[in-house]
Amino acid sequence: MRPFTYERARTPAEAAAAAKRHAGAKFVAGGTNLLDLMKLEIETPTHLIDVNGLGLDTLETTPEGGLRIGALVRNTDLAADARVRRDYGVLARALLAGASGQLRNMATTAGNLLQRTRCPYFYDTNMPCNKRVPGDGCAAIGGFTRQHAVIGASDACIATHPSDMAVALRVLDATVETIGPDGATRRIPLADFHRLPGDQPQVETALAAGELITAVTLPRPVGGAHFYRKVRDRASFAFALVSVAAIVQRDGSGRVALGGVAHKPWRVEAAESEMTKGARAVVARLLAGAKPTTENAFKLKLVERVLAAVLAEAKGARG
Amino acid sequence: MRTPEEAAPARGERDLTRRGFIVAGTAAVAVTSLTMISQAQPNANPAPAAALMKIAFTVNGTPRALEIDPRTTLLDALREELHLTGTKKGCDHGQCGACTVLVGGRRINSCLTLAVMQQGAEITTIEGLGTPEQLHPLQAAFVRCDGYQCGYCTPGQICSAVAMLSEVQAGIPSHVTADLNAPAAWSEAEVRERMSGNLCRCGAYSNIFEAIQTFAGKRP
Repeated sequence: MRPFTYERARTPAEAAAAAKRHAGAKFVAGGTNLLDLMKLEIETPTHLIDVNGLGLDTLETTPEGGLRIGALVRNTDLAADARVRRDYGVLARALLAGASGQLRNMATTAGNLLQRTRCPYFYDTNMPCNKRVPGDGCAAIGGFTRQHAVIGASDACIATHPSDMAVALRVLDATVETIGPDGATRRIPLADFHRLPGDQPQVETALAAGELITAVTLPRPVGGAHFYRKVRDRASFAFALVSVAAIVQRDGSGRVALGGVAHKPWRVEAAESEMTKGARAVVARLLAGAKPTTENAFKLKLVERVLAAVLAEAKGARG
Repeated sequence: MRTPEEAAPARGERDLTRRGFIVAGTAAVAVTSLTMISQAQPNANPAPAAALMKIAFTVNGTPRALEIDPRTTLLDALREELHLTGTKKGCDHGQCGACTVLVGGRRINSCLTLAVMQQGAEITTIEGLGTPEQLHPLQAAFVRCDGYQCGYCTPGQICSAVAMLSEVQAGIPSHVTADLNAPAAWSEAEVRERMSGNLCRCGAYSNIFEAIQTFAGKRP
């Protein structure tokens, strides 16, 4: 690990200001992904700002009847919260489908959103990677691509976003609240938070340098049956090949977002008008323009089948 | 000719000898690496050594104060600074669970947190759960059920399982809990899912499950 200096911030504004003072600074909360990458010298911050003491670890009901999730709420605590389990089941299910018990005890809401890809070529520092070293090239293109993106990728990067939680937040229309180095706050819809790779795959979110996530807010509960169905190579503790987050209402209408297929949680609202027509119709629009490789073309069929299973279960539950 | 007993030093001495050898070996590697860097970049300023930081936390009920490089993980602080080598370094990347310890009663991977991030924390390692003379009931159950083969993952398995049972008691659901709004029913699937962060390369899972089952009083 490269040497760095370390400080504990006491307020969000102090943390953001510290990031402005140190050009190579990173915030650290759970540390589960950042320390992993620092050991490999893929992340090389020169200064760490520990934000664990900021007190952003509470869940509050908003005046609109939604839920405001502090940036530092641990994944375990978020999944276990009675309101989340009752009103936002898709979020509880997504959290519980990710990582291990130990990691969920450490990982935070904000940190989960900021996870880096698990593309094996990003992790292998002997291989070129535009995300690690901009302009370096992409070893995944033409490499082993079973896990990689099937839609929204670019000639520079075909990595996927690894988070389960983010897929559920996308289907729930969550909003990310931040504070900037100058103290200004802003709200970023989750739909605009993660980026497609384009020609700058190293830029993964809409966050500016030194901008700190303070909370994630959920709108009022929308009811319906909530599903998070994840398909992976092991029954537990593995990243998704594909995942389907869905909320299905009694009349068969609903929402769906996908994990494991793109550089960001993948949702196409226009495709949701097809929900009552079945999975094939939805996926035809949801994954229109997909460009899979021969190794990951199975993901298209798999998404359709998982969504079909979800819709059948929702229909069965309605009777 | 010496008997094997004479040739082998006492257990404690042998451990010290091995530790000394490893430390010396690591130092030699570090010197070599620095030499290589300075040769490769003759004009580059060497990276400044990280300033040591003071940290205080409680380990197994005993207050501990250290002055350490901020890069030190909690795992390395426990093993290398405090010589609590019961906690094991497996993958060092949060994938195997061998380094599992309890912080404030919650299980975490000690390899993925920095010691400086644990200021004021109450840490429990396998040494704090039981001793060879007075085993924790789950340690006794592992012995009785033969819940290991090589034993390297065992301290992590036991720390993890102790906290896992607290999580079940606290009503925290899991991926295989059928109804999110009801308490999780005890089942083999629940235990296996909740313990999936602890790998055993010997594959002693069935006996590990038996040990946990016995300790939890769920064995038929």
